[in-house]
Formats: sequence, C-alpha cells, structure tokens
Amino acid sequence: MSEALHIHPESTVVGHHDDHNGHGHHHQSFVSKYVFSMDHKTIGKQFLITGIVWAVIGGLFSVLFRLQLGFPGQEFPILETFFGERAAGGLIKPEFYYSLVTMHGTVLVFFVLTAGLSGTFANFLIPLQIGARDMASPFLNMLSYWFFFLASVIMLSSLFVQTGPASGGWTMYPPLSALGQAGDGSKIGTDLWLISMALFIVSSLLGGLNYISTILNMRTKGMSMTRLPLPIWALFFTAVLGVLSFPVLLSGAILLLFDRNLGTSFFLSDIVINGEVLPNEGGSAILYQHLFWFLGHPEVYIILLPAMGMVSEIMSVNSRKPIFGYMAMLGSMFAIAILAFLVWAHHMFVTGLNPFLGSVFVLLTLLIAVPSAIKVFNWLTTLWRGNIRFTVGMLFAIGFVSLFISGGLTGIFLGNSTIDIHLHDTMFVVAHFHIVMGVASMFGMFAGIYHWFPKMYGRYMNATLGYIHFWVTIIGAYLIFWPMHYQGLAGIPRRYLDKSGWHSFNQFGDLDKMITVVTIVVFAVQLMFIFNFFYSIFKGRKVTSSNPWGATTLEWTTPINPGHGNWPGEIPEVHRWPYDYGKDGREYIPQTEPVGSNESKH
Amino acid sequence: MQTFFIIAILALGFIVTFQIAKASEYVAILRGEERSRKQSNKINGFLMLVFLIVGLVGVVYCNEQLKDKILHEAYSNHGKDIDTMLYATIAITGFVFFLTQIGLFWFAYKYQESDNRKAYYFPHNNKLELIWTVIPAIVLTIMVGFGIFYWFRITGDAPKDAMVVEVVGSQFKWEYRYPGEDGILGKKYYKEIDDTKSNPLGQLWDDPANHDDIYGSGELHLVVNRPVKLVIGAKDVIHDVGLPHFRMKMDAVPGTPTTMWFTPTKTTKQVREETGDPEFVFEISCDQMCGRGHYSMRGTIVVETQEEYDAWMAGQKPQYLVANPQPEATPATQVADSTKGTVKTLSPATTGDAKGTH
Repeated sequence: MSEALHIHPESTVVGHHDDHNGHGHHHQSFVSKYVFSMDHKTIGKQFLITGIVWAVIGGLFSVLFRLQLGFPGQEFPILETFFGERAAGGLIKPEFYYSLVTMHGTVLVFFVLTAGLSGTFANFLIPLQIGARDMASPFLNMLSYWFFFLASVIMLSSLFVQTGPASGGWTMYPPLSALGQAGDGSKIGTDLWLISMALFIVSSLLGGLNYISTILNMRTKGMSMTRLPLPIWALFFTAVLGVLSFPVLLSGAILLLFDRNLGTSFFLSDIVINGEVLPNEGGSAILYQHLFWFLGHPEVYIILLPAMGMVSEIMSVNSRKPIFGYMAMLGSMFAIAILAFLVWAHHMFVTGLNPFLGSVFVLLTLLIAVPSAIKVFNWLTTLWRGNIRFTVGMLFAIGFVSLFISGGLTGIFLGNSTIDIHLHDTMFVVAHFHIVMGVASMFGMFAGIYHWFPKMYGRYMNATLGYIHFWVTIIGAYLIFWPMHYQGLAGIPRRYLDKSGWHSFNQFGDLDKMITVVTIVVFAVQLMFIFNFFYSIFKGRKVTSSNPWGATTLEWTTPINPGHGNWPGEIPEVHRWPYDYGKDGREYIPQTEPVGSNESKH
Repeated sequence: MQTFFIIAILALGFIVTFQIAKASEYVAILRGEERSRKQSNKINGFLMLVFLIVGLVGVVYCNEQLKDKILHEAYSNHGKDIDTMLYATIAITGFVFFLTQIGLFWFAYKYQESDNRKAYYFPHNNKLELIWTVIPAIVLTIMVGFGIFYWFRITGDAPKDAMVVEVVGSQFKWEYRYPGEDGILGKKYYKEIDDTKSNPLGQLWDDPANHDDIYGSGELHLVVNRPVKLVIGAKDVIHDVGLPHFRMKMDAVPGTPTTMWFTPTKTTKQVREETGDPEFVFEISCDQMCGRGHYSMRGTIVVETQEEYDAWMAGQKPQYLVANPQPEATPATQVADSTKGTVKTLSPATTGDAKGTH
C-alpha cells in the first residue's frame, strides 16, 4: 500500500480498496451508487449529464431568439403552441425575447460551462490523474452536486412563473433588475434567478475547496507539482479563481435581493420609473457592476482554463509528442490566473469610469494577450513535427486553438478602451466572447468528453458521428460568428431584436437569415452528439485495452471500468513527468515507469 | 406545416447519418481497426487543408460582401482617432491571425500520422519561448501606448467654447435640455419630475438659470465643427447614449451623471449629399439593456450650421414658460421654494455637479 494511502483521511475509501483486492462486491443500493454517490467518477458524470440537459435548454433558447433575429415579423405558430401568451400569434414578444437571451447566457455561462465543464472534469480527472482514491472530502463533493441540482431546479422553475424568468441580461444590472416596475422579468423571475445563483455559488465553493485540497494533499508518491498533467494544473487555477471571486458575486446577489425586497438602496438612487418617484437615494448602480465583474471576468477564465488544460493534454497524446514548453504553459496559466483578477473594469470603460483608472485597466487587459500568445505558439509547436492522430478529441482540440486565436485577437480590440468606445455592447462583443469563451470552451469540453469517454463508460463513442459533429460545428461556428463582427463594426447594439426601425442598422437582413439557418443546423448536430453520447454509454464499441490512446498518465493504469477507489491494488508510484512521448525512440513512456539509467535528459 | 416539414427532414437526415455511422463502425471492425483508423486519419488530415483554404477564401469573401455595409467615415473628431486605432489594430491582428491559423492547419495537415515518420521529441526551447514572449509584449506595449494616448484625448476636458447639452434617457425615449442664453443648465432634483406639471426633467424653477433652459425630445440639434459636451443622465434604469456615426458612447446612469464631448465634422445635409442617401440621419441608439423596448429606444441628431441652429433655437420656448404660464411668482411656488432649498443642496444629481464625473 502506498504512502499516499496511509495518509488518506477517509477510512471508508481504504475499505473499498480492500474490497477490490478480494474481488468482493459492494453492497450498494441503486440510490447510493448512482444518486447520492460519493464516488468522484459518478459525481463527475452527474455534473456532465446535468450540464448536457442544460446545454440543450440553453441552446434551444438561442435557436428561438435567432428565429426572431433572422425572420423578424414572421409568424411561427408552433411557438404559440409551446409558449402561449409569450409568443401570441407565433411572434416572440420583446419581454420573452429578453428572457430567452438572459436565460441563454446564464445557463450556458454558469450551468454548462462552469458546472458542466469544470464540475465534470475536475471531479473525474483530479483523483485519477494525481493518483488518489477519491476527493479529499467525498461528502462535500456530493453536496456540491446537490447544491448545483437545487440551483438548477430553482432556475428551471423560474421559466414557469406567470411573469416569466429574469430578462435583464445575464449580467443582471440594477436598477433594471432591482425594480419590478421596470419589466415583467424583473418581478419574481429575478428573485428566483438571484436565489438560484446564490445556491450555485455555494456549490461552486464546496467543489472548488475540495479540488484545491485534493490536488495539494493527495497526490500519489512521486507526483510532485511539476509532474502534474496540465489539466490538473488548469483545474487547480480554475478552483482558486472560483474560490476567490465567486463570494464577491454572492455579495452582489445578496445586496440586490435586499434592494429588491427590503427597501435598501445599495444600487438605487434618484429613480423615477413610469412616473413613480422612488425614495431611494445615495446608492450606486455602478457598484453592482464592480461586484459583478470582479467575478465576471475571472469567470471567463474559470470557463477557459479547464479547456486549455485538457486541450494541452489531448494535443500532446495525439501528436505523440511532448507538450512544448510545459513550464511556460504552466507559467502562462499562472499569469492568466493572476491577471484575471486585475482586468474586470474593462467591461466598464463607458460607464463614466475615471479615465485614468480606465487606462490602467487597458494596460493590464492587454497584458493578458502575452501569456495567451505563449500558449498558442506552444500548441503550434506541439503539432510541429508530430505524428498526428486525428481522434475526435484531437480534432476538437485543434478546433479549440483555432477559435481561441480568432476570439483572442478580437479581445485586443475590446481591451483597448479607445476602440471599445465604438465597439462596446455591440454585436462585435457578442461575436468575440462567443468564439473565445463560448464555442472554444465548448470545443475543449467536447475534446474532453470524446477523449475520456472510454475511461468514463468503458466504451467508445461512434467516431464517424464524431467527425461529422466536429466538422459541422467548426464550420457552423465560423459562419455564425465571423460575419457578426461586421455587424458590430457597423455599430449595431447587442440585444436588438428588430432593427427595422433604424436607418443605420437595417442593412444585414440576409446575413441574419443565414446565421439563423446555420444556428439551426449546428443545434441539430449537437443533438446528434447527445444521441451519440447516450447511445454509446449502452451500445458503444467496448474498450478492450486499458490504455486505448497510448497515453502516459495515471488514469490509464486503472482497470477499464474502475470501481470506487480507482485502483484495485496499490496506487501506482510516479517517476517522471507526464509527457514522455516519442522519447529515445519509444512511442510513449508511462509516468509509472522508473527513469532508466541511460535515458536521455530533456 | 412548414415547421413540421423542417423537423421531418432533420429527423430523416439524422437517421440516415446514424445508420451510415453505425455501418462504418462495423466495416472498420471487419477490415481491421488499424487500417480503417489510418484511412480516416488521412481523410481528416486532408480536410484540415481544405478547411484552411476554404476558410481563408471565406474570410476574404466575407470582407468583400460586408465591408461596404459597415459605417462610412467617422463624422466626429474623436471618431477619426478611433478609426485610425481600429484599422491599425485590424492590420496587426490580421497579420497574426493569418500567421497562426495557417500554421495551425498546415502543421495539422503536414504532420498527420505516417508510418515513415517518428514524432520529434521537442519538449522545450528557451530561445523560441523568449522570442514569442518578447515580440507580442513589445507590439502590445505600442498598442497600449497609442490607445491610452487617444483615450486621454477623447476623455479629457471639453474645450472651453464647447456648447453643453443635457441628454436624459428613460424607458424608452431620449430627452434633451439646452442651457439657453446664459449657457448654464439650471439645477434639478429627481423628485420634481412630473409630466403632468410639464416638468419632465425635474427642473427647480427657483433657480434662475432654469428660466431660459430649452427642453426637447426625440431630435437633438448640434452645430457642425463646434465641440459639444453632453451631460448624460437617466431617470429609471441604466441606458447608454450610443452615437455610431461619431463612434462615441457613454452610459446614462440614474443618480450618477456622466459626460462626453466631441466635435461633429459634417452637417446632416452634407452627409446626405456625399452619400447620395436622402434619408440619412444621425441616430442615437440605446446600447445598454434597459427593458422590453430597448431595441426601439431611438433618438436622432440634426447637425447643422450655426445660422440654422440659431434659427431653430429662436423658435423654441423655455420649459419654464411652459410649466409656469404666468411667470410672476405666486405664493404657492414661494412655499415650494423654501422646501426645495434644503433638498437642493443634498441632491447629488443637480447638474451643477455633473462635471465631477471625470
């Protein structure tokens, strides 16, 4: 038994380990095995499947509001069938449109790309890749999922209240979100949104603290910090970002709840709404934006870092070549994590922010481009002179880099306050963050799912469907978002559901139609992916070797279907870094293999 | 019916795709997994190259199609600076874009799996990494430098001779106030806002500076080549004064006045003649989500010569006279004045303090 196991605080896990040794059976009920499970792998899958359900809902919302954008004034009777009053006559009402936009953003950013992405892979990968039997606290880990589930239920319930879900945009700026008089979505829907987010933050904190303590304390023998696979480093920085920034959003949400329900004036001052003079004075609407973006910007990296880490890993495995510049990759992630806290006000250049303060944020924001550039060039060099296998995971990893480049470069426009004056809150911003944060992170998530699916379920996903999924999605993503930059350059503000009343903005009718049609196709292909996912869980081709990709990391030393505790015998000891591919003429050298006496140094 | 048709086609396409995908998996097993894996590797490698070429052509094609649809020249002094910075950034990022995307997909194509090649063990190279740390850092420093230079020029104090206009947003309209002959916007307090008393902006009538202030809504009048400073506020929720033709933008925040200045460089009439578009009009868009009518919160601007502006202004009646048809102070307003006196000094929103935002 390894030393790591002796210091393990969870005696129950050791017990499981013994069970496996004797090939004994767990006497677990269905509930304790699949529902209230404390096995990190099951919890990871729970996050993933909940995330997929949310992705379908959030994605469907985008299809609905794209229908309005592509075909304003056109009647779709089916919408009235499903949404009744909110789409009377088959036309999406403005309030409903804004609810769809708001929920699309909230769901995708928080429920899919935060919980669904880092919740899934932090839970699944951390113990497997560092050589631990489970998380530091499996119980808190389970609570983390169930808080997320509760948050999900409340958010979902807000879709069904009489006045509709929140409609103030996913940023939920007051006073719009603080005053029920400002719109239907600002009534009970916003209270539910805030409560749901508060629970979500609790979930995220429970998970994050667990990830950090597990990575720091529970690595197997020989697994020094600089021998950690890059996904683990990425998930570590992600967890640190979340733990330090989510509480700030919690405070913002709670204060907003106070303003809404208890008559406080944190964010309210000098307001006359619909002819009604409100008594609140002395609050600052801008204060909320500081609180929001102090989370909001790190949130972008909470979404992006896990994708970066997994892409680095998958790219190295499938290029059959070490990741180029491991320490530089690590250093750049560290730099991004630090800078992520120092750039939030670039979302606020045109709020009347002090121009000197603005200039400091310009400097810090554009600084982030340096570590990002390092990462891109290192990925390119990883491909250079490799021997590339285009598994579906690898395709998505390459797609991620392409999207990260495209979206990252447009960030240089927006981070520069001078240009931001013109582009702020236009379709350019929509195009930028969808490419760099939305689609790119989604690609990272797809790469991770296709790559680790054999480890999750002991089966492969269908590769042909995977190839179709990849090619349609990347072509579709560029068709949707690339021309959208031009709309932004024309000054078209975001969240305009009908531009026919404008002289300056009404010249893109055909483009909007094209984007809508492509959106529907891309959405259909995602449904195909989901079908492939669930079909393959039960009917996929079975994995026959424990290391199907020929990878070096520890998760591939477990049995094909690892039980709770992961390794039936002792936890393996680690002797080298995780990227010895193509070294000394060997295809790959697992981390568990001791360094040979005549092995070349790197 | 049409919807049903579309769904049916999608479902059919899906079933066919799935059957083909399933069959291809069986075929792969029959023919030997290694062989079919290598074959699909070749296909995907080739598609990488195709995607690169089609993508590059697509980028150029998209630009050809859309470049004339984005706004014409900038019609303000700051707008010209912003466009310069914008096009310089497009050039620099465009270069990096083509360099890295071509590198990415070309490497993917060129180094696809081959039995004749072994991957090159290349874990790190300090010199290379230093190069691509230092070069982006230098280029970005230059861009930050120019960006901040323009930024301070744009956000700096308005020239002394600038005219001042107040812009107030509310769900879902824009209202304006011109300071009149004295050049001073009179004080106001939000609790005085009352449309039924013809006081839509909450002006305090005991401030003499208010007596000549002109109120307007919908259409804003500006003078060509004369700097204008907008004092911006909102009554209910956050709005944003977006001026795409001038490339300017500033939030309108209830309780916290903001300012923005620029100089329009062409009159509406001139632009109409130059673009051959008789309908052309400068528009004010709301750029900050403000509720169900956000997308329709539109104002317009007429940029005209000083003479035209003076002629228009001469036809306007101060809001004081609209709200108080008999300007002689009655006892009733005297009483109101004494209460407002204290209120006024407490209010942070009185326009006199508005310049404090910078």
